[in-house]
Amino acid sequence: MEIDRLTAAGPTAVSIALKVNGVERRLEVPPSVTLLDLLRERLDLTGSKKGCDQGQCGACTVLVNGRRVNACLQLAVMNDGAEITTIEGVGQPGALHPLQEAFIAHDAFQCGYCTPGQICSAIGMMNEGHAKTEAEIRELMSGNLCRCGAYGNIVDAIEDVMGRSAFKEAAE
Amino acid sequence: MSNIHPYVGRATSRVDGPLKVSGLAQYAAEFGAPDLAYAAAVPSAIAKGRVTSLDVSAARAAPGVIDVLSHENKLAFPEDDEPFKNDMVAVPGSPFRPFRDDQVHYSGQAIALVVADTHENARHAATLVRATYAAETPNVDVASAANHYEPPEPRDGIPPTPEPRGDAAGAFAAAPVQVTADYRVVAEHHNPMELQATTVVWEGDGRLLIHNKTQGVVNPKNYICSVFGLDEDKVRLVSPFVGGAFGMALRPHYDVFLAVMASLKLQRSIRLVLTRGQMFTMGWRPDCLQTVSFGADAGGRLTSIQHHAIQATSRYEDYQEPIVNWSGFLYDCDNVALKYELGKVDTPTPSDMRAPGATTGVFALECAMDELAYAAKVDPVELRLMNYSDRDKNDDKPFSSKELREAYRLGAERFGWSKRSPEPRSMREGRELIGYGMATGCWEAMTMPHKARATLTADGKLEVGCATADIGTGTYTILAQIAADALGLDIAEVTSRVGDTSLPMAPVEGGSWAAASAGSAVKSACETLKDELLKRARGIDGSPLANAGLDHVVFGNGRIALASDPAKAVSFADVLKGAGLDKLEADGGFEPDKDFAQTYAGYTHAACFVEVRVDEDLGVVRLARVVSAVAAGKILNPLTARSQILGGVVMGCGMALHEETLWDKTLGRVMNANLGEYHVPAHADIPDIDVVFVDEEDGSNPLGVKGLGEIGIVGTAAAVANAIFHATGKRVRELPITIDKLL
Repeated sequence: MEIDRLTAAGPTAVSIALKVNGVERRLEVPPSVTLLDLLRERLDLTGSKKGCDQGQCGACTVLVNGRRVNACLQLAVMNDGAEITTIEGVGQPGALHPLQEAFIAHDAFQCGYCTPGQICSAIGMMNEGHAKTEAEIRELMSGNLCRCGAYGNIVDAIEDVMGRSAFKEAAE
Repeated sequence: MSNIHPYVGRATSRVDGPLKVSGLAQYAAEFGAPDLAYAAAVPSAIAKGRVTSLDVSAARAAPGVIDVLSHENKLAFPEDDEPFKNDMVAVPGSPFRPFRDDQVHYSGQAIALVVADTHENARHAATLVRATYAAETPNVDVASAANHYEPPEPRDGIPPTPEPRGDAAGAFAAAPVQVTADYRVVAEHHNPMELQATTVVWEGDGRLLIHNKTQGVVNPKNYICSVFGLDEDKVRLVSPFVGGAFGMALRPHYDVFLAVMASLKLQRSIRLVLTRGQMFTMGWRPDCLQTVSFGADAGGRLTSIQHHAIQATSRYEDYQEPIVNWSGFLYDCDNVALKYELGKVDTPTPSDMRAPGATTGVFALECAMDELAYAAKVDPVELRLMNYSDRDKNDDKPFSSKELREAYRLGAERFGWSKRSPEPRSMREGRELIGYGMATGCWEAMTMPHKARATLTADGKLEVGCATADIGTGTYTILAQIAADALGLDIAEVTSRVGDTSLPMAPVEGGSWAAASAGSAVKSACETLKDELLKRARGIDGSPLANAGLDHVVFGNGRIALASDPAKAVSFADVLKGAGLDKLEADGGFEPDKDFAQTYAGYTHAACFVEVRVDEDLGVVRLARVVSAVAAGKILNPLTARSQILGGVVMGCGMALHEETLWDKTLGRVMNANLGEYHVPAHADIPDIDVVFVDEEDGSNPLGVKGLGEIGIVGTAAAVANAIFHATGKRVRELPITIDKLL
């Protein structure tokens, strides 16, 4: 197990254990640190984006124990013992997740800033199993804003992956 | 291999796609540095007046705080305006300078900067700064501005308001059909997903490596060197990825200014990320009041056009847009009077936001055209065809190309416009009223001077680069496509680089000029590289190409071959080896064709068709579908091109139905400075959008490209408003068209 001593942990730092993208980490974290800032500023996982820092845009969406969560609305210390998957853990170039590949194929982004959150959110949505139609996908993805307006392509990418039987089985 | 070329014109996946979908694309706030300190800006609590005292003692005493900067202990910078006008996008007036003095010009203005060891400590300490103020009453409403005036000094880089022609007032008075209406386009903020941010890496010896959210690294570099008197050799900006901008990151903002100031003062690396609320303390699309009057003959042929606009600007600068110009050439009319005025408000200076001027002005023009269609009892598409202009009468020039007629035809056909019954409220399904509306879009086709470099290495790989930005538009990809075609390479062998001041000079990426300008510069660099390669290939002992000119050879598969006998070839690797080089570099450039620009008027055009469904009882508007038919010259990459139009259309839908920055008129403060209350379109708001590109040949640049970043938004809001009128019979002339305006 990797032991991280974080800078400026301070006297009030709390000891937590997190499994981030499959790596067990023991961390000393001040209670005021959000999960998003822990990832971005202290663990160098900048794939999770800060777009509003108040749960309104979805750019920071990560998977906590398989459920999609706005990392900016979580304090890191609330997640002691949790398993966190960020976009870096979803897939990397050379071994991309089918949804990441579908996002490229459908041009489901322009600037790319909301993209990690869109992908993590879509995986979470598929895990939830409620979305059966295009309209339901649009509704259930509405917590993830895209100012470049790639919505139609994002929905196409998600439908593309949902339509593949392999993914359906994996989700069941 | 021949089947892979040409890439240009073919749908090509983004070359930066794998980095963006995996979180590896690094944006300005994501570069690390040893000993990095974090800054937080403290906003003013008043919109106008003076800071009378600033108590930073509690902030200084807070855990982890390194320093608190303000106008009282700032690093000295010049008093005069000129160094701050070293900004490619500066406007007439006196540029804003954070910490210049105790004056407050707008609500949320940074009055102090806290620097601490962590983000959390900086954010906390920023809440402990106490200020007292001598407040004055602000005015944030352009309608109540003390006086409206024509800008005494015109803004560089935008066309002037055209002189009147004919007798617009007389022709209007004599016209059997008259339409006069007032429109209001309200304040909007760009709200790109990425927060405005700067990371300054203190490299020692006065060297700064700056990562700043910007639409062109050269601009903030020039500005920073100018205002802080820094040696250009010691400052480098590197911003490879930009999380959306839409015009807001054209000018240098206070984040880069304050982060550099703190870095220079403390001699350490600094990160400053603004908050979403602070994204409302910089450029915005200004409020604009407009009156359009049309006179027409009984059949709808325009005999008079008058368009008057009054737009907001800040107290300290005269920001300007071409609002009314479009009314002078989009339709054929000999009696035209256009007037553009400003009104001062106590806000930050507005800034270009996607199709600045056109988005606002064409909204009014195209809604008024719809009103005229009903007044003259002519189909809206027919009305536009009847008044079609074949010449830009503002400047009395022919168009370089204008396939707008075909855009109307194709768009109407794809949309099924012929199924529209003309009367308002005449189409419905259940509780929903159905409306079909359309509008024209128009934007300038511009180019800018640009440089680029192409470098071939011994392993056969090609790198092309220039200091432009890819703000999501697909610049990386089109540059790679152009370069791959030029040298006959697989696109996987080509790397494109942008967003670095060590690369050849580029203007800011804006105005839809990047593809034409950067693309042409890269093409030119590649042509020079080919020339240099062939020269060296000919010089190799016993070269099979000894007497061949560029016309006699083919570049492909990493070789130069004789066109007449492809077996006779020299590989790129052998050329470099023969010349004793590990790489071969060539510079290229592009200069706008001045003769062409003097002869022709260059514009992109679009025809936008919208279907809305309006709940008759509740007034809820649902967009059902949009067709946007675009004539914009050569399309380099249909995949990314379509995305650009989608983005423009979506922003236009937001403008029509959702977006409005609401200032409290007493406090002068934005009341909805967040993404919960400033509603940008979400997934469920946006319907199917069908994008059609019309074939169009244009000669303004070697690529035949006219640009796509803006045209998608222009006309969209008018098409939505016109569809809502058709559905409901209610003409809403003030955006956004919210439920309360329909009930």
